[in-house]
Amino acid sequence: MSQTPTLAESLHELIQYRDLLYMFTWRDIKARYKQSMMGFFWAILMPLLIVGAGVLVRIAFLMTSGNHINFSDLSSIALKSLPWAFFVSAIKFGTQSMLSNTNLVTKIYFPREVLPLAAVLASLFDTTVASSVVIVLLIFGRVGVTIYLLWVPLIVGLIILFTAALTMFLSCANVFFRDVKYLVDVLLTFGIFFTPVFYEARMIGKWAPLLLLNPLGSLLEALNNTIVRHEAPSLPWLAYAATWAILGLLAAWKIFEHAEASFAESI
Amino acid sequence: MSEIAIEFDGVWKKFKKGEIHDSLRDLIPALTRVAFSRDGHGELHEREFWALRDVSFQIRRGEAWGIVGANGAGKSTILKLLSKILRANKGAVNIHGKVSALIEVGAGFHPDLTGRENVYLNGCILGMKRQEVARKFDQIVEFAGVGDFIDTPVKRYSSGMYARLGFAVAAHVDPDILLVDEVLSVGDMQFQEKCLDRMREVVEEGTTVIFVSHNLQAVQTLCGQTLLLKTGTVSTIGPTAKILTGYLCEPSAGASSFPTLIEDISLQDVEGLPKGNFSPGEKARLNFTVHPSEQLKDCQLGLLVHRATDGLAICDYNLPLSQVAAPTSTAMATSFVAQITMNLLRGAYVVSLHVYHVPTARYIARAYKVANFFVEETVSWQGVTHLEPSLSLRQELITQVPRKHDQHYRLHL
Repeated sequence: MSQTPTLAESLHELIQYRDLLYMFTWRDIKARYKQSMMGFFWAILMPLLIVGAGVLVRIAFLMTSGNHINFSDLSSIALKSLPWAFFVSAIKFGTQSMLSNTNLVTKIYFPREVLPLAAVLASLFDTTVASSVVIVLLIFGRVGVTIYLLWVPLIVGLIILFTAALTMFLSCANVFFRDVKYLVDVLLTFGIFFTPVFYEARMIGKWAPLLLLNPLGSLLEALNNTIVRHEAPSLPWLAYAATWAILGLLAAWKIFEHAEASFAESI
Repeated sequence: MSEIAIEFDGVWKKFKKGEIHDSLRDLIPALTRVAFSRDGHGELHEREFWALRDVSFQIRRGEAWGIVGANGAGKSTILKLLSKILRANKGAVNIHGKVSALIEVGAGFHPDLTGRENVYLNGCILGMKRQEVARKFDQIVEFAGVGDFIDTPVKRYSSGMYARLGFAVAAHVDPDILLVDEVLSVGDMQFQEKCLDRMREVVEEGTTVIFVSHNLQAVQTLCGQTLLLKTGTVSTIGPTAKILTGYLCEPSAGASSFPTLIEDISLQDVEGLPKGNFSPGEKARLNFTVHPSEQLKDCQLGLLVHRATDGLAICDYNLPLSQVAAPTSTAMATSFVAQITMNLLRGAYVVSLHVYHVPTARYIARAYKVANFFVEETVSWQGVTHLEPSLSLRQELITQVPRKHDQHYRLHL
């Protein structure tokens, strides 16, 4: 009887196939900018466009209320646009990762987790490139260095885990139901309104917790608190998001492992 | 390491017919089912069918096996179970050793990447480490013969170059068990030869090889054992030559719409005893009876011999029946005997017959693959025709044609 491998087994296999994960990530990065005039510059430009749009929206907000924009608002927007851009690109490429490699999925064996994870890593690479620009911006904005920056690696780690969990689940669901792709497109387009990227959660007063229920929302807020606002993140909300990220990843992986057996015949 | 490389123990595999899911409404229940249901659904549900039924076999380390069968018999399903792309519904698939599949060459190529980049990418997809690819890189490029174009994106490659590079990568993986599915049909003749040579090398190095192909001649040359599949079940397992002949000589359903006007066909030796194995140059008799619907004197008899393994036409004679048939006014059953000399080399051959009515230009009877025979000898390596070569020293020729000058050169002309 053929069994589904345990998490430990599949993790072990994933480590054995780490070269493949590297190659797929590298392929996704390399192929994305091939034959384009601007090449890697796109990796910087895309998040910058999101930042630009955010700034415009924020200025419009402030003009109606008669205030002037300050540099710390700009820093906030620039800072939060970056993980948002990462999230959007990882989910978008990751959801399609199985289908765009149908040829491989139906013909050659390798741990399928490699495909969505490579999409996440490739997006992470782009984001890292773009973050250099944002870091320069933050320095110009005199954001400053505080002890709270020690929280940043944890928060960034949780954002990556949460994105990976969602990507794995969606890529797997998309194999069985093509509806997922359209659903994801819609949610990503409008998600920015329901996630505190261009604004801050406390701006909507007592309804703020509603926005923080979105784990990405609370993670973005935490990032903004530690870097721009120089304060500790809200611990309950961080714990809430961490639970989502870790349990989500475990659950997504489990579902993925179970579904993997029928990928080749269902795709 | 155990002696057995591959073991199939009562393996069943089913597939679904028709569309699998209809709408998003099915998403949640179906995903929960996928996620939490137990594996090994032993029963057949609605809209499902068995692609493999109770397939069992064992392959020992270092053996080369062919798998043959009609389309849809389950050959590729077996390979996919072996390469872990599919999982069996019932039964056990046990594999001892590292498996690599030569299933579709170049499947992992990205068109925008260069040949060099794709070699690394495809090598890793097939289970190699990056250092391993780096070590074999020069060999791979040389084998593929794409030399100068290695830094060109593969989308600019000709389809032959593409396939050659794909095969070259796959051929250098060095697995314990190699699965090959119909990939030798790529490239020109020269490259196909090269692929076959490489496969022979792999077999000689002691790799366990499973070879699925409709090119039965290639199966014949490469594989000692062959498994014949019939609609998802194992029909027979045995020595390749025997299995292939059996497979090729079975009448294919609905192949001929002609009534059986040719009957009682038998192949005999010169003494009139039934015979199936001949030596090159041996005489044989082919007996058959024709029940014609037309006058036989207006007809020609077609006598065809094909090599069983690849369908190569050995001969296609048209013999006028007017010379032997009695000029009777009514058509009546007549028995004939055709004398044949087996000027053939070793292999399996099949005989077909037909009766052609010349005035109306149509066949009135056709009988495909009605007899088969083997030719056995141990002298030739490959080939078809027995040219009866005999070897002797040229000493006598030199004495017959005495020449004073450049005698040495004459000898070589």
